Amino acid sequence: MKWGVLVFPGSNDDQDALWALSSVHRQEAIPLWHKDPDLRGVDAVVVPGGFSYGDYLRCGAMARFSPVMQSVRAFAAAGGIVLGMCNGFQILCEAGLLPGALVRNRSLTFVCKRVWLRVENDRTALTRCCREGERLQIPIKHGEGCYFADESTLRDLEARGQVLFRYVDAAGEATPEANPNGALRSIAGVMNASGNVFGMMPHPEHAVEAIVGGEDGRKLFQSLIEELEERAARGGGSRRRTTGRAT
Amino acid sequence: MLAKIYVTPKRGVLDPQGKAVAQALHALGFAEVGDVRIGKYIEVRLEGAAGEEAAGRVREMCEKLLANQVIEDFRFETVDDGGKRS
Repeated sequence: MKWGVLVFPGSNDDQDALWALSSVHRQEAIPLWHKDPDLRGVDAVVVPGGFSYGDYLRCGAMARFSPVMQSVRAFAAAGGIVLGMCNGFQILCEAGLLPGALVRNRSLTFVCKRVWLRVENDRTALTRCCREGERLQIPIKHGEGCYFADESTLRDLEARGQVLFRYVDAAGEATPEANPNGALRSIAGVMNASGNVFGMMPHPEHAVEAIVGGEDGRKLFQSLIEELEERAARGGGSRRRTTGRAT
Repeated sequence: MLAKIYVTPKRGVLDPQGKAVAQALHALGFAEVGDVRIGKYIEVRLEGAAGEEAAGRVREMCEKLLANQVIEDFRFETVDDGGKRS
């Protein structure tokens, strides 16, 4: 399948995402520069981590005005798969494509470490290769990763299965100690109501090879690949090539 | 016209920065300090706009970009600065 990885000034995990998709998962993966609205017929879009536009004003606040994001908005509205990781998650929230916001870590410090995530819903395009309750070890590295949404939004997210991952300890419990940033209800990742836009603070693209500390992140990319292949086998669906040209 | 815009974290949104500053003020002996909330102050100079129209435009700027209403509240005032350019 063909993947597009957005590149903003200040993105710094775009190459890791391209590597994970192309070298590890053998996918066609191309960078998409933020000034070009052409999505080049990709089947899925990755919004990578980093510090787009220097995190000016708020993390992710400026990136949503990029030409490429207008195309991503249309792509997502048509059902296209979009995955935002770290700054990508922040951008998708700021763009209104995902509910909630990411605020300063409760500790006020930048946190960089491997954490345990518990899969909260395995009936999604991002988690279909996982089991509900399964633990994944994935790194985080952020200063503003504390998930916030108002009470009624949180209730809706949980009732509709839109919470994808929670931070847990090694035993799989969502304790306050296992919560690295103060995220409400220990939420590490969510999806939109339609189930095609995903955001998570942890970095699965940094967990695809044992030599760099683990490969639990592969299951998430593998899930999306299977989803895309299934969609293609069904005849493409409505989301394909809604923007840009097929090449 | 100068718009003075104040963006503050919404009630209920954790403000660890404010909390840390409150603790520091307590440590300095300012026992009367209660809650501290830290936000942003933004100045926007408006060319050729005035009155209600200018206020409406500033409100729109806040809603669309300057504040994220999921986590922040905003308020602003517009003052006539005699068209002075900085």
